[in-house]
Amino acid sequence: MKTENSIRFIFPGISVNEQTSRAIASAFLVQADPTIEELADIRTAVSEAVTNAIVHGYRNIEGDVEICLKVLADREIYIRIKDKGCGIADVEKAMQPLFTTAESEERAGLGFAVMQSFMDSVHVRSKPGAGTTVIMRKKLRGVPCRTS
Amino acid sequence: MTVALQNDDSRLIALLSGELDHHSVRMIREEIDTAISEQQPTSLALDFGEVTFMDSSGIGLILGRCKIMGGIGGTTAIWNPPPHIRRVMKLSGIERLAKIERSQNRKEDNK
Repeated sequence: MKTENSIRFIFPGISVNEQTSRAIASAFLVQADPTIEELADIRTAVSEAVTNAIVHGYRNIEGDVEICLKVLADREIYIRIKDKGCGIADVEKAMQPLFTTAESEERAGLGFAVMQSFMDSVHVRSKPGAGTTVIMRKKLRGVPCRTS
Repeated sequence: MTVALQNDDSRLIALLSGELDHHSVRMIREEIDTAISEQQPTSLALDFGEVTFMDSSGIGLILGRCKIMGGIGGTTAIWNPPPHIRRVMKLSGIERLAKIERSQNRKEDNK
């Protein structure tokens, strides 16, 4: 599918960058004229995926998170969030609502459920020791908030 | 993210403001828990009226405070969540543990 525009950025997997990544995603995606609600959906999904990379992927090691955002034809948004962390042994289990390996840190186990609910599709590629890649898509359907 | 704590009778009100994520939740969690342990309130109100962003880290925050308040025989309420934050709450089913209310305590009401 034709890419109208794209951006790729890499940052250290430290928690202060959860906000940074959302802010960059918002700034880039405004050009696709999302509604306020659609933009909030995407910001939340990005935040969940980046938090997963930091809390789980880079739990015991340091490393970078890479985000690639694309605006595709027909106002479809493509988001790829990649870490080189510990990976997930059982992706299906990890995606079950309320499943968490960090209960003591008050992680609710809802990250993937939020991503799935707020985006059209969520695909996860992961292997223990080889990191995790989350690919999400969402078609913007709302009436744009900008008029120009 | 900041939190302002108010003690109203035996009720503790936590006015949250800013973006609530895994990074920012840590500081305010400690502040709220210290106030609970000092004041031993019968109810805790978490006011989300000024929260501009929240992901599932916010659900963890509410869940954890519900447990602590339950442990001292108290209750927890969620005040004034904006529409998008309410959607995250709805998805989590947190409403079964903490009632969502619209408070009279809003800034705009006091103007």
